[in-house]
Amino acid sequence: MTPPPLPSLLPEGVHPFPHRHLLGIAELKPWEITWLLDEAEGWIEVNRGLRKRDDRLAGLTLINAFFENSTRTLLSFEIAGKRLGADVVNMTVGASSVKKGETLLDTALTLNAMHPDMIVIRHGESGAVQLIAEKVDCPVLNAGDGRHEHPTQALLDALTIRRRKGRIEGLTVAICGDILHSRVARSNFQLLGSLGAKVRAVAPATLIGADVDRLGVDCFTDMDAGLDGADVVMMLRLQRERMSGAYVPSTREYFHFYGLTAARLAAAKPDVLVMHPGPMNRGVEIDTAVADDIARSAISEQVEMGVAVRMACLDVLTRRSRGVPGW
Amino acid sequence: MVIAFTNARVIDPASGRDALGSVVVRERVITSIDGDIPADARVIDCGGRIVAPGLIDAGVFTADAPACLAGGITRVVLMPDRSPPLDDPALIEFAQRIGKPHVWVHPLAAATQGLAGVELAEIGLCQEAGAVGVATGRGAIADAGVMLRLLQYASGFDLVVVTHAENAALTVGAVATAGEFATRLGLPAAPAFAEAIAVARDLRLAAATGARLHIRQVTTAESIDLVRAAKAAGTRVTCGVTPGHFLLGEQSVSGYRSFARLSPPLRHDDDRRAVLAGIADGTIDVVASGHDPRTQEDKRLPFADAAPGMVGAETLLALAGTLVRDHDMTWPALLATMTSTPAALFGLPGGRLEAGAPADLIVFDPGAPWRIDAGAMAAAAGNTPFDGLPVQGRVTMTVKGGEIAWTL
Repeated sequence: MTPPPLPSLLPEGVHPFPHRHLLGIAELKPWEITWLLDEAEGWIEVNRGLRKRDDRLAGLTLINAFFENSTRTLLSFEIAGKRLGADVVNMTVGASSVKKGETLLDTALTLNAMHPDMIVIRHGESGAVQLIAEKVDCPVLNAGDGRHEHPTQALLDALTIRRRKGRIEGLTVAICGDILHSRVARSNFQLLGSLGAKVRAVAPATLIGADVDRLGVDCFTDMDAGLDGADVVMMLRLQRERMSGAYVPSTREYFHFYGLTAARLAAAKPDVLVMHPGPMNRGVEIDTAVADDIARSAISEQVEMGVAVRMACLDVLTRRSRGVPGW
Repeated sequence: MVIAFTNARVIDPASGRDALGSVVVRERVITSIDGDIPADARVIDCGGRIVAPGLIDAGVFTADAPACLAGGITRVVLMPDRSPPLDDPALIEFAQRIGKPHVWVHPLAAATQGLAGVELAEIGLCQEAGAVGVATGRGAIADAGVMLRLLQYASGFDLVVVTHAENAALTVGAVATAGEFATRLGLPAAPAFAEAIAVARDLRLAAATGARLHIRQVTTAESIDLVRAAKAAGTRVTCGVTPGHFLLGEQSVSGYRSFARLSPPLRHDDDRRAVLAGIADGTIDVVASGHDPRTQEDKRLPFADAAPGMVGAETLLALAGTLVRDHDMTWPALLATMTSTPAALFGLPGGRLEAGAPADLIVFDPGAPWRIDAGAMAAAAGNTPFDGLPVQGRVTMTVKGGEIAWTL
């Protein structure tokens, strides 16, 4: 089911993407977001075809520098880069000299000296990707920094919602779970809010963060109230590895009050879309029956959209260096 | 050598004097104010500039003599956060010699062994060795029982106890003040009331023990109110602040600028204004630099990994001078927070201009414009969040012990 084309928000005469890097949603205008989503749409059919190949990045080197463990995002970027014909190199922290005491900036300068055409970075500290971006000569794409931003995740979530619902404006989106530690939540609050969705944050008070309402979302500590009438429910992973101290008493109690079950989901709209950025903790934040409900769960589709969004971002960010007319 | 400073606006904060006149120094002491100019004197015409006592910087982490002299600082109170921590009389004796001859270092002894906050250090012996007080260091003492015994014990020696006011449990891992700003940046944050909780505890313990308490930095409206009330109730408490907390708000860390990572972290603007009000009404007694040079290795890191602290010695007077120009403070009142008040607090010579006082003084042009340049500082490092800021007011000469130690 292909939705009808949407009118472009891009104002006349405005450059669709006047950014050197993609570090966060906060720096993007609404029309830049929708334009990126439109670009990503074009890659979905390519990815579904037999010959998933486009050589526009042939000869370009893409470095995926992941200072924090990741399987799915790294894989998604690697596939996106390879389908565009780039030479993709992965650097993960386990195999790097970071463990030998090299500073982050020295690592960045080392990478830079190898003349990559694009660096995709994930790092455990907020702001680390921006720090590197200031020091290298090529575009940098933030694949997640600390609890700050994860822009391609928010873009792929928006693309998934837009394809399923035909729009984003006016939808009620409940983002549930560990808001405090979540970069996905921060990027989604800003993206969905700027495109006109009504966004809710649903979490125990210990995991919601200070002044989150100032980011334009309504906060709920009662899951049932937070899901009431929702068009989209986005679950977040309980990030136990980031927790030092007691945020929730137990996973059992957490699931009891904040786990997404079919019964709880009944409060949402009948055609509610269930999403999760992965990896899922089944039985902790989401019930298996809900996660696997083909009619309502968009979790696999999110992964699919992820590749398309990342192909679009890699294409767009390298247009200037590739000398694409108008860039 | 005899030097006569003539045609000077002589300000002595201790007496409130602020009038044109002259100062004569001979050898190491001031011999006269507005007296006869001796025939053998070298005469320096100050052209109406301010002559004031050399500044006493109450709480620095490094005795950085070039930066101090460029900032008009002739004595520093040194924090015990050294490697190793100043928890031993021999270390105290050694620390006093670091800055001589030009900057005299008055060390604070570590309150607890290794600054670990568990066992009391030999603070009585450290006092005999020259410590002018004891300090908990960069952090607070988490255990209220240890803090109580520290205050009890120190009161017997009439030693002032310098504390850092952040509740340890509430600030674990925090690098920013909780609120919208830290949430947007995704920085680990602690609520501002973590400071008020620490202040309230220490004020109560000070009242119970009769000990002298100096809170090195108060940075929130709530904690300043607590100090104001405690002073009114007769508690022996004083407190201080550094220019970062009355000139900068939390917005200064945008872009993850690690030079603006301070401890306590920068606050909301309401708190910043409360600090200004606290200085104006005298609740805040001391303005200090918190001078803490940090190299690139400590600062060019992701924000949360970067070390807190800023250099401030050579910019202290120019930055604090905004209180005179923009906030109706007088030069004598402002200079008191950097001279006579810390001198009285820690029992130091100097900090005043009168016959018989040490010949530590500065010539200061309050109108001189200049621009702070992190790349061209006298300090051991350039980690200032004020880089590029145009400021007004510059020390043009620093005299230490009767000798011209520095000129612009």
